[in-house]
Amino acid sequence: MNYFIQQFINGLTLGSIYGLIAIGYTMVYGIIGMINFAHGDVFMVGAFVSLITVIVFGITGTSSIALGIGALILVAAISMVIAGVYGWTIERLAYRPLRGSFRLAPLITAIGVSIFLQNFVQATQGARVKPLNAIISGGFTILEGNDFVVRITYMQILIVILTVVLMSGFTYLISKTSLGRAQRACEQDMKMAMLLGIDVNTTISTTFVIGAALASVAGLMYLLYYGVIDFYIGFSAGIKAFTAAVLGGVGSLPGAMLGGMVIGLIEVFFAAYFSSEYKDVAAFSMLIVVLIFMPQGLLGRPEIEKV
Amino acid sequence: MSQPLLSVNQLTMRFGGLTAVDAVSFDVYRNHITAVIGPNGAGKTTAFNCITGFYKPTSGDIVLIHKDDTEYKLQEMEDFRISQTAKVARTFQNIRLFGGMTVLENLMIAQHNRLMKASAFTIGGIFNTPTYQRAQEAAKKKALAWMDRVGITDRADDPAASLPYGAQRKLEIARAMCTDPVLLCLDEPAAGLNPKESEELNALLRSIRDHDDVGILLIEHDMSVVMEISDHIIVLDYGRKISDGTATEVRNDPAVIKAYLGVVEE
Repeated sequence: MNYFIQQFINGLTLGSIYGLIAIGYTMVYGIIGMINFAHGDVFMVGAFVSLITVIVFGITGTSSIALGIGALILVAAISMVIAGVYGWTIERLAYRPLRGSFRLAPLITAIGVSIFLQNFVQATQGARVKPLNAIISGGFTILEGNDFVVRITYMQILIVILTVVLMSGFTYLISKTSLGRAQRACEQDMKMAMLLGIDVNTTISTTFVIGAALASVAGLMYLLYYGVIDFYIGFSAGIKAFTAAVLGGVGSLPGAMLGGMVIGLIEVFFAAYFSSEYKDVAAFSMLIVVLIFMPQGLLGRPEIEKV
Repeated sequence: MSQPLLSVNQLTMRFGGLTAVDAVSFDVYRNHITAVIGPNGAGKTTAFNCITGFYKPTSGDIVLIHKDDTEYKLQEMEDFRISQTAKVARTFQNIRLFGGMTVLENLMIAQHNRLMKASAFTIGGIFNTPTYQRAQEAAKKKALAWMDRVGITDRADDPAASLPYGAQRKLEIARAMCTDPVLLCLDEPAAGLNPKESEELNALLRSIRDHDDVGILLIEHDMSVVMEISDHIIVLDYGRKISDGTATEVRNDPAVIKAYLGVVEE
């Protein structure tokens, strides 16, 4: 039982990271109906930017948790801005010129952008894995059984809290602010939104920027949680987050968060109880099962073909 | 008559070899209801789409003149600016509301640009600054006033798609009005309405004309609506303007009668 609880905690942490990435997929799909396959690599770029920022500022492990958290918030802010610039640039250069083209065209450029980002980072940062010493270490024991000790680290708490804060802030943005309203309007009827004077292009760019910023925070968390990154992490994390978005129902924001959690838990439990080598298989099998049996996802709307 | 609000000059729109609108010129005045009528395929909707930025016309000028004498050449403007800057609003024959959003949200969307400015492009919106709150309140007030005017106040928090057809049409007009237009373009506003709803629509359009300082341009097939409320009627046939004048003048114009009823070949 204790073992189960421990895995549950680990799963939630991993799920938070996937959930944050999944939002970017689902939001872009909602607004322009394309899967942004470069999103996983924006997450990777976010992780690298975080790493570089950490090194530039010379942030090292500290015994003071408050100082550590303050430093990390600074790093998160910087990497959100830089990843946002990446998101904006990708949309501007690779997707906007193809808007109104056939549906597959932006999908193909998305794959192109993905390959470009991977190689760009590989060429500039090198192909070797990059380690980072733990900045926030320590934790506390919450359950002590005779055979197994359940521990929750400060890092895990920070990840989950940060995710909850970002997700609630983001939900507020979508449901209450005028930008969120405009995004939802573009999602439903882009042409009509335009006729009401909404600058659709800017709204779409903003969507990419927000998605990229959230992914970069996920990148920072990944960096801190695992302590190593390389130029290839965007691929598997991206596909798992994509699975999370599909599982939750593409286009649904609460679905992306829920899907992220479920995928995180599935992966961790599979690794814990069956085989850790095949944990990716578990997540991807999930994608196949969902696509076949529940294509609309957990919280998605069934697709109604417009005539 | 005073200076026109909208001046369409030699508007031509070709689709390949087909000339849908052929050198049509007309003026629309403030506080006037101008109707464009014509048999099917006359080019009414095409002309309309050119004015509201859906199509870029092949040639011709569409000039909108604001009260401060600023002139906007609509055919050269980026599409969303036609609403944002030139202040032209339109509705559709097949209603295009944001069905999944509430009635109130539909009206708030129309005030997007003002709210964006007040919220410093959303940064203020996230932190809920006083400026944004005030703007939001003002926008809500305006939305409520329009809901009141079209009689759907009790449905404010329902999804727009759940409203009855007649109410959806009125909501669409209210939404267009919430963008603070100087020119309101209505594409067959009476289509599908029953006689009572049609009557209410006439009253609403008259009240907008008299109180809101806009020019109304509408396409309509329902002659009872057109003849009753229009100050000025333009008749198109095969893409050309064949008549232009008041309801009485148009009704008695032999060219119009010929276009609608045909003439007996002697």
